[in-house]
Amino acid sequence: MNPSLFSPEGLAGVIFLILICVTMIGAIIATCTKRLIRSVSGLAVCFLGVAGLYYFLNSPFVAMMELLIYVGAVCVTIAFAIMLAEPDEAKLARKMSGLSGGLAVVCGGAVSFALGYAAVNGHWMAPATQVNDGSLKMIGASLLTKYSMVFELISIVLLAAIIGSVALARAGRRGN
Amino acid sequence: MNELIRLLSYMICLAAFLGLNLAYLGWVERKGAGHIQRRTGPKDVGPYGLLQPLADGLKLMSKQLIVPANADRPLYMCAPILTMVPAVLLFVAIPFGEHLVPREFSFGLLMMFAFASVGGMSILIGGWGSGNKYSLIAGARAVSQNVAYEIPMLITAITIVMITGSMDLNEIVRQQGGYIWNWNVFRLDKSILMPVSFLVFFICSLAETNRTPFDMGECEGELVAGYHTEYGGMGFGLFMMAEYANLVIGCSLTTVLFLGGWQSPIGIFPGPHWFLLKMYFLIWSFVWIRWTYPRTTFWGLLNLSWKYLIPFSLVNLLLTALFIKVF
Repeated sequence: MNPSLFSPEGLAGVIFLILICVTMIGAIIATCTKRLIRSVSGLAVCFLGVAGLYYFLNSPFVAMMELLIYVGAVCVTIAFAIMLAEPDEAKLARKMSGLSGGLAVVCGGAVSFALGYAAVNGHWMAPATQVNDGSLKMIGASLLTKYSMVFELISIVLLAAIIGSVALARAGRRGN
Repeated sequence: MNELIRLLSYMICLAAFLGLNLAYLGWVERKGAGHIQRRTGPKDVGPYGLLQPLADGLKLMSKQLIVPANADRPLYMCAPILTMVPAVLLFVAIPFGEHLVPREFSFGLLMMFAFASVGGMSILIGGWGSGNKYSLIAGARAVSQNVAYEIPMLITAITIVMITGSMDLNEIVRQQGGYIWNWNVFRLDKSILMPVSFLVFFICSLAETNRTPFDMGECEGELVAGYHTEYGGMGFGLFMMAEYANLVIGCSLTTVLFLGGWQSPIGIFPGPHWFLLKMYFLIWSFVWIRWTYPRTTFWGLLNLSWKYLIPFSLVNLLLTALFIKVF
C-alpha cells in the first residue's frame, strides 16, 4: 500500500517525518556541539519534536506536559545551572587523548551492532492499539484509581528531593 | 474543503488582528504614558499620531542588522523568532465568541501554560546569545521571575478547573453565562476567596508578561536595557511585538477564566464585543499600572511570589476543594 502524498494518510506521514527530523536534529545539536548553552537549546528542540510525536499519536495531554515540564522547566533549570557554573570557554582548549577516540569507536560499534542484532532477530510486539480516547478525564481517573500507588510514590520521591535540596542549601547557609 | 476555507480565513483574520494589536498597543502605551506624565505622546505622524506605528515599523525594518562580535550567532538570530512563535501560536485556542474560536481544544488551558513556558527559554537564549553580561543578567532575572510566578498562576488556574470541571476555554466561558454574578470573579458560592484569587492571577500575569512593577528584565538604570540590549532593527521589534502579543494573551486568559469571556454582564447580547471590551480594559489597566507605579526590587519580587502568593494559592486550592466536597 502506498498512499498518495495528498491523501490524509500521506500528509500524516509527511508530518511524522518532519517531527522525526526535528527530534533527530535537536538530538544531534545537543550531542555534537561544544558549547553547553547550544546543547541545551538542542535538547529543547529535541523535546519539542518529542512533544509533537506525542501529539501525533493522539496524546495531547502528554505532549503539553512534555512542553511544560521538559522545555519550560528542565531546560530552563539546566540553563541556570550552566550560568551559575564556570564559563565553558576554558574547556574548549582541553585536548582529548588518542586512546579515547578509538575507545569511542569500539563502544559505539558494539552498541549499534547489539541494537541492530536485536532489531533484526527479536520478536516485535504487535502494534499498540488505542485503549481509550486519551482524554484528560480518563487520564485523571486512572491516575487516581488504577495507578494511584505509583502516583503517590512519585510524589513522595519529589517531596524527598525538595526536602533534600532545602537541607543542602540550609547547610551551606549556616557555613557562612 | 469547508474546513480548509474556515482555517485559512481564521489564519488571515488572526494575523490581521494580531498585526493591528501589536502595532497599536505600542501607540496606546506611548499615548497613555504621555497623558499620565502630562505630555502629549506621539502626535506628529498622522492625526493624533495614528500613523506612528507604521513609521516605527518602517524605521525598524530599514535598519541594518548588526551582530555583536561576542555574540553566539545562531542563538542570537533565533531568539527573537522563538519569542514570537509561542505567543502567536496561542491565539489559535482563544474563544473570542461562542462560535468564533479558531479551534476548540479540550486542553486549551494547559496549552496556554505549556507554550507560555517555552517563551522563557527563548528569553534566556536571547540574553545568553548576545554575549553581553548585562543581557545575560537580565535574561536570568526575567526567567527566574517567570518560573516563580508560573507556579501561583498554575495553582490558581487549577482552582478554576476544579470549579468548572473542564480545561476547555470555551466551556469555562459557557459556564459563566447569565448575569455578572455568574462570572468566576464573583462566584463566592464556589469559593469565598474567588475575588482574591482573581487578584493573584492578575498580579501573576503582570509578572509573566514582564510588565511594571515587575519588569526586572528591562532596567534602563542598572542593565542598560535588558535581554534585548544588543538587538537592533527588527530583532528588537520582534521582542517588543512578542511582549505585546503576550500581553494580549495574558489579558484574554484572565478574561476567559475570571471575567466571563464573551458572556454579557446583563444577560443579553453575548458576543465577541464583550470579550474585546473586557480584554482591552485589562490591557489598559496594565498600561495604567506601568506608568503609575515604580519598579519593585528583584528581592521584593521573588519574596512576593515565594512567600506570599504561592502559600496563599495553595491555601486557596485546599479551600476550594473543601467547598466542593462540603456543598
